Amino acid sequence: MIDRRSFLSFSAVGAGSLLVAPRMALATVPTDGRFVFIIQRGAADGLNIVIPYADPTYANLRGGLAIDPAKATKLDGSFALHPSLVEIAKMYGQRQALFVHAVASPYRDRSHFDGQNVLETGGTQPYEIKDGWLNRLVAMMPKSRDEAIALAPTVPMALRGPAQVTSYAPSALPTPSDDLMLRVGQLYAADPQLHPLWSSALEARGLAEGSATRQDPASLGKLTASFLTKPDGPRIAMLETGGWDTHTGQDGRLSAQLRALDTLLASLRDGLGPVWTRTTVLIATEFGRTAAANGTGGTDHGTGSAAMLVGGAVRGGRVVSDWPGLAPSKLYEGRDLKPTASMDSLIAGAAGQSLGIDPDHVARRLFGGASSMGDLIVV
Amino acid sequence: MSITGLSPAAIALNRFGLGAKPSEAPPTDARRWLTAQFDRFDARPAVFVALPDAGAMVKSYREQQQAMRQAARLAPTADTVPTKPAKTAEQMAVRQDFAQDVQALYRQAVQARTQSALETQAPFIERMVHFWSNHFCVSADNPQTSAFVGAFERDAIRPHVLGRFEDMLLAVEQHPAMLIYLNQIQSIGPDSLAARRAAARSPGKVRGLNENLGREVMELHTLGVRSGYTQADVTEFARALTGWSVGAQGPQDDGNADDFAFRPNLHEPGPRTILGKTYDQAGVEQARAVLIDFARSPATATHVATKLARHFAGDMPPPALVARLTATFTKSRGDLPSLYRTLIESAEGWAPTPLKFKTPWEWTVSALRGLGREQVGQLQMAGVQSQLGQPLWKPGSPAGWDDTAASWAAPDALLRRVEFAQRLVAPIGDTIDARVLGPKLIPASFSPATAEQVSRAESPGSALALLLISPDFLRR
Repeated sequence: MIDRRSFLSFSAVGAGSLLVAPRMALATVPTDGRFVFIIQRGAADGLNIVIPYADPTYANLRGGLAIDPAKATKLDGSFALHPSLVEIAKMYGQRQALFVHAVASPYRDRSHFDGQNVLETGGTQPYEIKDGWLNRLVAMMPKSRDEAIALAPTVPMALRGPAQVTSYAPSALPTPSDDLMLRVGQLYAADPQLHPLWSSALEARGLAEGSATRQDPASLGKLTASFLTKPDGPRIAMLETGGWDTHTGQDGRLSAQLRALDTLLASLRDGLGPVWTRTTVLIATEFGRTAAANGTGGTDHGTGSAAMLVGGAVRGGRVVSDWPGLAPSKLYEGRDLKPTASMDSLIAGAAGQSLGIDPDHVARRLFGGASSMGDLIVV
Repeated sequence: MSITGLSPAAIALNRFGLGAKPSEAPPTDARRWLTAQFDRFDARPAVFVALPDAGAMVKSYREQQQAMRQAARLAPTADTVPTKPAKTAEQMAVRQDFAQDVQALYRQAVQARTQSALETQAPFIERMVHFWSNHFCVSADNPQTSAFVGAFERDAIRPHVLGRFEDMLLAVEQHPAMLIYLNQIQSIGPDSLAARRAAARSPGKVRGLNENLGREVMELHTLGVRSGYTQADVTEFARALTGWSVGAQGPQDDGNADDFAFRPNLHEPGPRTILGKTYDQAGVEQARAVLIDFARSPATATHVATKLARHFAGDMPPPALVARLTATFTKSRGDLPSLYRTLIESAEGWAPTPLKFKTPWEWTVSALRGLGREQVGQLQMAGVQSQLGQPLWKPGSPAGWDDTAASWAAPDALLRRVEFAQRLVAPIGDTIDARVLGPKLIPASFSPATAEQVSRAESPGSALALLLISPDFLRR
């Protein structure tokens, strides 16, 4: 019987990959930052997450859905944070959370699937670019650190592309015998599609040994932290969250969604320990929701939304916004929060600064020439 | 080494069908084997007919809830402020019972779908049921949608799989699963009778449109995104759809919860203008007329043709095939068997290299069929599909599951298949010789490299698992 560890090492060597890469490699990396992207699929309602309580139109537009500022956490004289985001409010107090409001990708129609495609590929039109910006970011990292991980069984669009990435999610199925694993490796050896997938899968399983085996938010945060703290582990990770499409029953649903996100981030912070100070987490959605409540206790597809940056590396304690206002004449197409900040520019700034790569260079490679937002990360 | 030279029989069985069975001889005329299935398809297999009545389950739950709310209102309380009362223990218990009943029904429906895929005499048509069910998908993310999801495939998809696109479209958009899933039953015309009455009773409360179904019909079910409609068209169509609802919604409503109901009081009065055309029909006929126009639109023909071509001829659908399918759709007014014939007659669908990476569902079904399993039995397919990354009828979004390899060929997903293959063969491994089975499942084209690995396995079970996860068997 082959010992599992040595078997994995063996196969990793065979694949020419990084499981047994020398630790010295770390020295070649200019910074040792960690970058995590959490996508909120379904169009999260920025106006009820980072609430523009001082805007005179907010309460009327939202009616019964308006969040009472007295129950929310005041961030400054204009904005307040949804009461479910308890831990993120603490991070804000410690200057580890920053919110960018009235932000949007270049996409201006209201299809989730097209909107997510633009957000994840970094194009200006849906399906114009075939790989994801996070994959292109991986390709910009020094060779010794070219690994990124999706905390899901499959690889989301943002991470797809030529650079090697892996995926992992806890499985309840029984572990196959080492003999079978070895033979599958041989079976796939000559297959250009299956061979790299198999090598990645084995590495991720090896790294995850002894980790959490559940998919609840706290376990997922802990699992992500366990990957990001391995000396030879990935430095970039992506997590997917769904359930933000609140056409009905928004109050309770959004609260539950935000509690889960809050738990996930607190668990990631706690799991990262000292590494948290070098970590940047970007949380973003494909577009926002209508400024006004709809007729069914929810909101419909909109345009501008709010994005969050949290982590010990973030220059937080601020809301960054050129607030367009919610008066009817100020709304985009008379119904949505008008975007005044560029998501591409935010991503380029946050990713570049946190990983120590020139942000303008990142902006060019990831988004074809967009500028990068400055001053987001503690240098 | 890539697999080359798939035989027509291997393509018919695996790419068009649901996977070969060891008990069946490979077809000698592959195209005729497919067209002959048009007459063999069973639209109402016994396992689907036997599903418990979702409508009765939902109706009884709604009645229990209403009775308890009524009782709570009548009960004297010390607190005179009319706040929303907390859920009583009884209400919680009723809700929990309902959720459990729905889960049991959902699991039984998943078993029924699998059983039907194992026993069908028309595996190509059965594949088309799965295709349309995903095209018009509902996602069982809440108890009421979950209750109806099996009935949706049985009653809205299966009867029309050999019929016309517009008939399937109308059946889908009038099915309670869809009307509940995309929030149509809550949508109210802002100037409807109900909205005006409600405004008179409680002026502050907004009741009105929900554009969710309207948008997804245009974007996903018919015209396709970026086909030229605007936000104004979506909103107008949402207005036209107001009143589309389901039966057994209120205490005075003696209808069935699994029936479509049109509620004139909720319908926005007046004509609607959509894509430049005015619809002045009254009531339910208005949105129906819009849907029929959508079904006959050239944009819909292209949208459907592209998805069909992708399903059979590869992730990058060949433009010439898309063009021929579009022409067939238009010429035949959306006659689905005509579309299937165009696919069967195409050269692109018979390219002898594998064109598709099987989804978890396709792979599992082909594995069960390949192992000669006739009964789904105790194998809990709902759990299996969750573990493999494709929980049945739960894509989590109205776009359905993606139909490209990039979504399914991923590191961890591959490992899950290896794990499951090992579990599946454990009880039967030494009763089947994988070396004999391989060439039966992929007739006249089983690759020598896989055959060699299978023959060198350490045990019969290991050989069988290797066969199921071989490059040959992961693709179609």
